[in-house]
Amino acid sequence: MGRRNIPEVNAGSMADIAFLLLIFFLVTTTFEVDNGINRKLPPMPPPGVTPPIIKQKNLFTVLVNKNNDLLVEEEVMDLKDLRQAAIEFLDNGGGTNEKGEPCNYCKGKRSPDSSDHPNKAIVSVRNDRETDYKTFISVQNELVGAYNTLRNREAIRLYGKNSSYTTMDSIYSHPQTGEVLKEELKKKMDVIKDMYPMKISEAETNN
Amino acid sequence: MSKFKKKKSGELPPVSTAALPDIVFMLLFFFMTVTTFKKDDYKVKQELPYADQVQVLNKDDKVIYIYAGKPSSRYQKEFGTQAKIQLNDKFADVSEIKDYWFNEINNNPKLGQQFQNIAITALKVDNETNMGLIADIKQQLREINALKINYTTRKGNVQQNFK
Repeated sequence: MGRRNIPEVNAGSMADIAFLLLIFFLVTTTFEVDNGINRKLPPMPPPGVTPPIIKQKNLFTVLVNKNNDLLVEEEVMDLKDLRQAAIEFLDNGGGTNEKGEPCNYCKGKRSPDSSDHPNKAIVSVRNDRETDYKTFISVQNELVGAYNTLRNREAIRLYGKNSSYTTMDSIYSHPQTGEVLKEELKKKMDVIKDMYPMKISEAETNN
Repeated sequence: MSKFKKKKSGELPPVSTAALPDIVFMLLFFFMTVTTFKKDDYKVKQELPYADQVQVLNKDDKVIYIYAGKPSSRYQKEFGTQAKIQLNDKFADVSEIKDYWFNEINNNPKLGQQFQNIAITALKVDNETNMGLIADIKQQLREINALKINYTTRKGNVQQNFK
């Protein structure tokens, strides 16, 4: 049986096919990675339970009206001053936490009129139904920024210069981080989170 | 006989294009790996606000998207200029959020019943939307115990929001 030579397949149009595919993927896909501010909504309260009463001094109230003006602790404030005000409130450490321990790591003024302990301090944001979303996000961003500043400070103090809280968090949430490293970071981050637990309440809007 | 052949006068050898498919395939694979498919077509304006204290939503996070904003200009004749919610690629009412959420968690191949407690609801809301609409969405999500949310933003300074 004579074996015939199979003619070679012409690969000249391979480039064209590949180009076609390339252009298809360029058009239908996007580069963007989503990022944003993560938040946990409060669960629905079980019926018949009254919310605990919180001392006024442990509450940092931010009101945003429909003209997007800020009223912080009954004073009109500019957005750019909000972060500093929140840091001062959270870091005050004027009293003790539930266990009766004073805040050893707070560097605030320890004023008796401001928050007792970062554990007890609650930030409450209330906004009007006509407030703009961008103002709301800006306020949220500044408040998260205040927590991050304090958490970074403590993380650097405890774990050294290269392990600020935000760096640890971004390594932790990176998909390629190994399990062992994740465990280790989680332990460290939990310590920091415990020092400054994020308590931001987005109260129901008032009309 | 001379050892060296005389060069043909001025004729350039043709450039070999044999490696061209390989190059293009390389590019193709690069784009296939680093990009993601567009999920939905936006029917609402999506000028997201800027923020800098952000966390990344990874590809393997379990995410359910809710869009809101004014209808984009080509839909304004039909749907007006009031801010609206978009679920999948349809305009929807606040009351449809719960059904949509459960439908996504059960039927989306990337999600599943077992992820109900860790699924994140990403709110992609336009800059100019009123908080009332967002409060309504949040209330709906609270009622079905979908508590993890993400306000999707663009990376940037907050002052850029007010320009």
